[in-house]
Amino acid sequence: MRRSLHPTVWAFLAWLLLLAVNLAFTPGFFSVEVRDGRFYGSLIDVLNHSSPVLLAALGMTLVIATKGVDLSVGSVVAISGAVAALMVTKGQAPLPTVVAVSVGVGLALGLWNGLLVSVFGIQPMVATLVLMVSGRGIAQLLTDGQIITFQDPGLASVAGGSLLGLPNPVVVAACGLAVVAALARWTAFGTMVEAVGDNERAAHLAGVPTRWVKLGAYAVCGVGSAIAGLIVCSYTKAADANNAGLYLELDAILAVVAGGTAMTGGRFTLVGTVVGALILQTLTTTILTKGVPVQWTLVVKAVAVLAVCLLQSDQFRRTVLARRLAA
Amino acid sequence: MAEDALNRDRPADSGPELLRMRGIRKEFPGVLALDGVDFTLRAGEIHALMGENGAGKSTLIKVLTGVHAPDSGTIELDGRPIRPRSAHDAVALGISTVYQEVNLVPYLSVAENFVLGREPRRLGRIDWREANRRAAEALARLEVRVDPASSLGSHSLAVQQMVAIARALDQNARILVLDEPTSSLDAREVERLFEVMRRLRAEGLGILFVSHFLDQVFAVSDRFTVLRNGRLVGELPARGTTRLQLVSLMLGREVDEETLAKRPEPAAPAPPMVEARALGRRGSVEGLGFSVAPGETVGLAGLLGSGRTESARLLFGADRADRGELRLDGRRVRVRSPRHALRLRFGFCPEDRKSSGIVPNLSVRENIVLALQARRGWLRRLSLRRQREIADRFIRALGIATPDAEKPVGTLSGGNQQKVILARWLASEPRFLILDEPTRGIDVGSKAEIERLMADLRKEGLAILFVSSELEEVVRNCHRVCVLRDRRQVGLLEGDRVDAGAILRTIAGGGEDA
Repeated sequence: MRRSLHPTVWAFLAWLLLLAVNLAFTPGFFSVEVRDGRFYGSLIDVLNHSSPVLLAALGMTLVIATKGVDLSVGSVVAISGAVAALMVTKGQAPLPTVVAVSVGVGLALGLWNGLLVSVFGIQPMVATLVLMVSGRGIAQLLTDGQIITFQDPGLASVAGGSLLGLPNPVVVAACGLAVVAALARWTAFGTMVEAVGDNERAAHLAGVPTRWVKLGAYAVCGVGSAIAGLIVCSYTKAADANNAGLYLELDAILAVVAGGTAMTGGRFTLVGTVVGALILQTLTTTILTKGVPVQWTLVVKAVAVLAVCLLQSDQFRRTVLARRLAA
Repeated sequence: MAEDALNRDRPADSGPELLRMRGIRKEFPGVLALDGVDFTLRAGEIHALMGENGAGKSTLIKVLTGVHAPDSGTIELDGRPIRPRSAHDAVALGISTVYQEVNLVPYLSVAENFVLGREPRRLGRIDWREANRRAAEALARLEVRVDPASSLGSHSLAVQQMVAIARALDQNARILVLDEPTSSLDAREVERLFEVMRRLRAEGLGILFVSHFLDQVFAVSDRFTVLRNGRLVGELPARGTTRLQLVSLMLGREVDEETLAKRPEPAAPAPPMVEARALGRRGSVEGLGFSVAPGETVGLAGLLGSGRTESARLLFGADRADRGELRLDGRRVRVRSPRHALRLRFGFCPEDRKSSGIVPNLSVRENIVLALQARRGWLRRLSLRRQREIADRFIRALGIATPDAEKPVGTLSGGNQQKVILARWLASEPRFLILDEPTRGIDVGSKAEIERLMADLRKEGLAILFVSSELEEVVRNCHRVCVLRDRRQVGLLEGDRVDAGAILRTIAGGGEDA
């Protein structure tokens, strides 16, 4: 019996294939120019616009690894954006304060999810559904149902500015990745997450603080989503309680799963999640630059994700391969 | 011999050949699980498949039942070649399996389980009255009388097994594979199962029986097939074969039957480390009282359901005690949780290693360091180098059979998984080790190794609480034995009073009550 490739490898191959298609059919996809000390180009766009999904998906990876799921990501994005917009329009708060408060709100919301799941034992999907639904309501209450626009240069620079030639969201996402990766691999948190997701009862009996581990995973997810919320509202210089981060949780889940972390919990891969997020955004950007009608975006995305998942499925490969050999 | 007397009605080796497996070979990555194994099953015989962990018993059964396809070799049923491609296929061919963990649906009713996937229909709808009737009838034939409408999970494992057997018979099984059917049954239930097996034998079924209990194997089997390391080492009739011969074949070394009745060496006198006084928990177990000093082992004996596992969980804080007291080094402690127990330097190998012991997809290394890491906390991560050192040390010390420390534990055999869990606790440097059925479901060789390990640990000054349903093991290893009956401690035997007879009498409620 041959050992099958790790799902992440398949995801990476799928991403390369996607890039190859662009290399062949999208002129200028790989061209990067420098203007005012800053890089521009489709590839930079991919990195830039995949940042919010990636930030949410990093925490989602940990949550899914504990055998959970967090459906409230999009709502946390909306709340975080609403809080930030209110602070700069109503209070002219400086950027560090805005960031601190928004992230704090995200942390609190993440802990709330974690509390419901780990202490009260509510099923993750149900527990986070509560915040998914009510969170958007809270955001609407905060913004009074209006779209709040702002001109604050500080908050606008979160998405608009650049560092070392790279758009700020890319830098933020890279930092997020570094922090979560350090948490996962330099501390024992990652192993504990995997142990809890793989066999919670055994982990508990081995002395692993299973409740704290789950609480931690949801907290990370809440913080990541809040930062994603800051970037999303900064892109448009507006907080839109209805649409900010809409379906972002689903994109985040897709990125995690396409990257090779199983919904059944246990082993997780952050690199895979990065590749998953890049696949999603590369597709979207490809569709936009090819001039395909935007209505097609979701359908094409669905097909592509399905393709990646089928590639990863041992059973599918075996069946297809067997057919071909038989033919 | 007594066993022969019991089986006088046993048919001679004359039944027609029902199943013939020839030259079965199966290779998994890195492991040759079966190397040209032959196996023959006659109609009307009970044939025990014997061997240590990793001998290839499960693989052979999985080949027979269509779970694995053999790399080479032939299977013939009634002289016709067959090639079962799935468990479903095998059932259709008349080969049914009843596993140790009954693979039925506990939430469904007895009748629903009985007809699952082949429900009787009337006018396009499922005819439940017919289903109930058929289930009740089939079970009555096995002398099991339960309400077919009651949920399966509400019955004992023994009854669930009978339902599985009845289901197999109802599907016209001609070969019944019983894989460790007795490990969770008490003596009476075992005897009833054996009666059913003998009856089915008389009806001409071929029964393939796997058990680690030598007594049981001798009590019920007609023939043995012994595997070792994926090879066939012998096929022999039960009549005229001694235990020593059988064990020698299985282990590939001579075992001296005298060593089987030894007692543990006395420990150097020392003040007690752990003392339980009337410890209990409402609805769980009551009146637990014993003391154990460094270098001593205290045993828990009793029938299944007598409160052995409950006692172990109570001592480790998996359940909290709500009466009585526990003292550690003379000071009173309340063990709040497994984490707390870990900090007190307690260790606990749970009975059900699959559901509460191993973390199957994590590596041997990660499983071994898990408790130690948990005690250090998540911030003080053991470096990869330390982890590897620790893992390699225990893989060597306990003789864990794994290609390397990075193999997922779920891929190891049962005995090796048990050793990994033992290693996990030894790595956490415990003072008091609770071993709940550490020898269940593993082969004779691993059992002996685990007993030897317990002796070594005693010498190092550990206190051990040992739970086992095998009396001989308890007698061999324990300085002191708490006897449990109906979730209550009914006796404490010490020193010379520890022998199998005394334990049995106490369990049965005889004169030895303390």
